[in-house]
Amino acid sequence: MNEVSVLIGGKAGDGINSAGALVAQLLNHSGYRVYLYFDYPSLIRGGHNFAIIRGAEQGIGTCREKVDFVLALTRETVERHRGMWHEGTAVVYNSGLVKGPGQGIPVKEILSQEGAPDIMGNSVIIGAFAKAAGIPWETVTSVFMSHIPKGVELNLKLARKGYDLLEPIHPVSRLSSPALPLVTGNEAIGLGMVQGGLEAYVSYPMTPSSSLLHFLAEQKDRFGIQVVHPENEIAVILMGIGFACAGKRAAVGTSGGGFCLMTEGLSFAGMAEIPLVLVVSQRTGPSTGLPTYTGQSDLRLVLHAGQGEFPRFIVAPGDVAEAVYWSAVAMNLAWKYQVPAFILTDKTLSEGTYSLDLPSPAGIPPGEFPRWDGSNAYRRYAYSPSGVSPLAFPGTKDAVVKVNSYAHDESGITTEEGEVVALMTEKRLKKEQGLAAEMDRYLPVTVSGVAGSFSVLLCWGSTKGVCTEVGSALGLRVIQPVVLSPFPKEQLKKALEGSKRIICVEENATGQLEELARQHGINADTMILKYDGRPFTREELERKVREVLP
Amino acid sequence: MTLRNLITEAQNTWCPGCGNFMIQHSLKNILAGMENEGKSLDNVVLVSGIGCHAKIADYLNINSVYALHGRAIPVATGLKLANPHLTVICCSGDGDCYAEGLDHLIFAAKRNIDITVIVHNNRVYGLTTGQYTPTSPLGFRGKSTPSGTAEYPFNPLELMLASGATYIARGYTRKQEQLKALFLQGIAHRGFSFIDVLQICATFFPVADYYGSRVYDPAGHDTGDFEAACHLAREWDYNTDARIALGFFYQRQAPVFEEKMQPAAVTQEERDHAIAALLGSRT
Repeated sequence: MNEVSVLIGGKAGDGINSAGALVAQLLNHSGYRVYLYFDYPSLIRGGHNFAIIRGAEQGIGTCREKVDFVLALTRETVERHRGMWHEGTAVVYNSGLVKGPGQGIPVKEILSQEGAPDIMGNSVIIGAFAKAAGIPWETVTSVFMSHIPKGVELNLKLARKGYDLLEPIHPVSRLSSPALPLVTGNEAIGLGMVQGGLEAYVSYPMTPSSSLLHFLAEQKDRFGIQVVHPENEIAVILMGIGFACAGKRAAVGTSGGGFCLMTEGLSFAGMAEIPLVLVVSQRTGPSTGLPTYTGQSDLRLVLHAGQGEFPRFIVAPGDVAEAVYWSAVAMNLAWKYQVPAFILTDKTLSEGTYSLDLPSPAGIPPGEFPRWDGSNAYRRYAYSPSGVSPLAFPGTKDAVVKVNSYAHDESGITTEEGEVVALMTEKRLKKEQGLAAEMDRYLPVTVSGVAGSFSVLLCWGSTKGVCTEVGSALGLRVIQPVVLSPFPKEQLKKALEGSKRIICVEENATGQLEELARQHGINADTMILKYDGRPFTREELERKVREVLP
Repeated sequence: MTLRNLITEAQNTWCPGCGNFMIQHSLKNILAGMENEGKSLDNVVLVSGIGCHAKIADYLNINSVYALHGRAIPVATGLKLANPHLTVICCSGDGDCYAEGLDHLIFAAKRNIDITVIVHNNRVYGLTTGQYTPTSPLGFRGKSTPSGTAEYPFNPLELMLASGATYIARGYTRKQEQLKALFLQGIAHRGFSFIDVLQICATFFPVADYYGSRVYDPAGHDTGDFEAACHLAREWDYNTDARIALGFFYQRQAPVFEEKMQPAAVTQEERDHAIAALLGSRT
């Protein structure tokens, strides 16, 4: 097999995510590009958790409907996912807790022989899986050595017991790719922001953004950043603004509900021309919705949030490589244009694990921005042809820096003069023109699948993965605007040249990209929408696309 | 060194007799004093909320962030965390930081971030033309409560004592020398300083006569004694008739938040190396 899917399931608290990560590393070290989807309910102990780990020759970002292996730590794993079995699915299970069919592994007995704690039972099952998948023992050894933080010898001993119990069932081919780093979307965003010069991250926990807070908090001393968890999201964005006013590159992170609390601060950042990065990770809404499931229903929210009119940059990466790259770009553009810049993601990308294949690991260095040269009295909002005023920060010698949420004049003093108000509005909007023109230096729209095809799958964000796969299989062109504000209208029109049918694929109920494109004179013919909190599988999307193709 | 003009050219629109003039005058004198001592004002930042008090951000010619209603304190916290060398003075109103942004006030005290919060407590919303605030007395007849409020005020000093503030004082805009001394003390205090200023609103709550006959300076109060400070703070509950103590209520020394939150010194090269090492560990 050149492609393999493995489902591992158990109770919350069974360590399914870390067991899934080990399976992912076994495939990674067998030459596969990996995607791991982790499905869990919003509770801490007891509910059913599962991970699907898929390996393929090409980079992937979605699951298949059927799996080749089921690793069951609980009876529910066997019962609930029976619909995902094909005739050859190999089921490896803990025989103390689960009844067959398949390969029962006496986990409890093996653990007691070795005097090992229950949590190490996963190693026995993973060892048995490795043998069933025909993965050489040396690969298991090296993966365990690198990825089990403590007790690696005992874990290896347990894995070997499992390994020796089975014979290969579905041997996976050894592919030639070197192993790649496996990272989640949130980690990729964090790494990108750090490459873009991040100095402070401020966030209040909210799934699915929390793992970014955890990641940066854990790495803060290595990256030399400050990480603050304040009393609520209102404080989060205002503290972020405080950092930016002092000249530090700050980012904030949240999900839809928390972002709603930030909107007044967002509008302040727009008016006061504060450079600030906002990471918004979407989950199923409205309101509390499904906290641990996905959605793409907040595009309209981030496009329009905040009273008044002001420019904003919005980027929605489709995979981890785009997440690293565009997060660094978002940080740089926020500072170059002194605007709020959004990194819009969702549960699928934020918490999914992907093979990171970066064209250039060095990434993007922190970019420059215009600074006050000290020649004339400092005016925070000095007019300029680009609308961008030079920056100075409190502490700069002889600069009086006046930042203001009211309508203000060039020096930052409140004004109600109509002429000044109009000029300042135009000044802020000029920055949007600069940002839009700047997009010529980037690739704000990607094209994949079959480039010359008349039929187009139009998508955004994490659905890029599934669309690319389906597009390649069915011979369709796949177009993904990565930048959503300023909307890359010309670049999108160019990517669409020669197309005869546009099928817009989104994980929401109303077609928010479809509407945005329509506002710019680009009309999709059909929409394929999904709004049950689960991402499209490869087969599901393929069926739906076939239904709308002639 | 040429001393800067500490007042901007912005037109002052406070009502005649407004207590804000005294607060601004006191701060201006303090700033002038700093300059005379050779201290640069480049490192001073004033952060205000929104309301009559907040116009001070336009009027004083120093670095300022004229923020949002209720949100001066988190901006001030971000500034101080980002640059601990800054002297951060936060001017806030009673509607501003006792109503809209009360959470931030409590958390700033809890964290002991080294900023100075001056509350222009006129016990009424002025700029929105006369509604009750959290410190208006029971039965206050404002435009939103024409039959009188049905709720008691809270006591901000008691609240700050309970929240962990490390410097607590109360001033009065008609006691200018004392007010300046309290501001100076608050700014000098390393940690979270809170000064509730009883401020006259000449238009909507002109209670100078009431205050004038009740304010006093307590003699022999031990500012290091938490229980004594609680007792003194409870003497007047912002509602019932009682003596109103002014001055320095409480102080203690404690580690400051920004010091514990400073980033590790990491060069660009070390940062790149950390990213590479992290990606290596995920391979």
